[in-house]
Amino acid sequence: MNEYTIPILFGVIAGTLARIYMFRTDYRQYPTYPHGMIIHLALGFIAASLGALVVPSIMEQEFTAVTFLTLAASQFREVRNMERKTLTEMDSLELVPRGASYIEGIAVTFEGRNYLVIFISFVTSFAYLALNVWAGLIAAFLAFLVAKKYMTGSKLGKIANIEQKEVRFDGAGLYVDNIYIMNIGIPARQKEILQHGLGFTISPKNFDARMTIGNLGQRQAILHDLAISMGVYRDSGTPALVPLIKRDLDDGRIGVFILPQNKNVDLAMKVISQVPTLENAIRMPTETKKKGSDES
Amino acid sequence: MKIEKAILATVTHSISKAPVGANVFVCESEEEMNKVAADLEAILDGIAHKLSNGVYIIVKH
Repeated sequence: MNEYTIPILFGVIAGTLARIYMFRTDYRQYPTYPHGMIIHLALGFIAASLGALVVPSIMEQEFTAVTFLTLAASQFREVRNMERKTLTEMDSLELVPRGASYIEGIAVTFEGRNYLVIFISFVTSFAYLALNVWAGLIAAFLAFLVAKKYMTGSKLGKIANIEQKEVRFDGAGLYVDNIYIMNIGIPARQKEILQHGLGFTISPKNFDARMTIGNLGQRQAILHDLAISMGVYRDSGTPALVPLIKRDLDDGRIGVFILPQNKNVDLAMKVISQVPTLENAIRMPTETKKKGSDES
Repeated sequence: MKIEKAILATVTHSISKAPVGANVFVCESEEEMNKVAADLEAILDGIAHKLSNGVYIIVKH
């Protein structure tokens, strides 16, 4: 035991606790429990240790020791690759796939959270060493708040309004509200779809949101989350029962068509509004316009 | 080249409306067409689409 042991341990514990707090194995069932969880806890612990070691090594004038942070960066980039690879391979076996954008979003989150852990344990051990244990506690708490802010992204309900709409057939064409979804020929299939199908329209609240919900990856994410929470009335080899989202070209609304196992409209609307807006799907065309007019 | 969509079969009751080149099933009645199209849909893992002239095509997506 030396004068750094307790502060380092303090930082490591704060970081690891933060990682545990960041886990949200919810309806998405990811990370998988228990082994997927253990992998990420272990990585979180390593990240916390790295973060906590920075300040003591600077105080001991071991400046080169800080280069191990670069090692951490490559280590955690590997985490992202690992997550992406596993999820992509699993995706072909899902009844309603996540889609590449959603997978990338999850992978990036896993990498990013490890850096947040490094940050938290760094701040905590720094405050402890510079002042005292109470400063360490306060710093840990503040870092938690910062992490929480950066951890949770925006939700779809924030940028768009969700409404339930009737699913209907016009000839062989399947429509949700006035949005054409697909052509279903066989009358028996049509009956099945009318019986089990649910339709929603998602209308963007502004022009930026219009671009975001139009993104194909974002749309697939909506379908995947819906299918996971509501179940899906389909099997392999029934492409006619695949849930689909199509777009109204005039006003950018999207029409969601899904055949759920559990036909609970309120729950479905709640699930849609809770779908994360994917980092990769967010577009801000209005920002471009503002900048353009400033410069000209 | 990967073909994304292909017409696997056609079901019709009038041979004059059948396309050249796809497997054509000529049926006697609307009812028979529905049945044959449903069978083909299940077997071929495609979707039975109905064209505005009443011809069914089974398409792989």
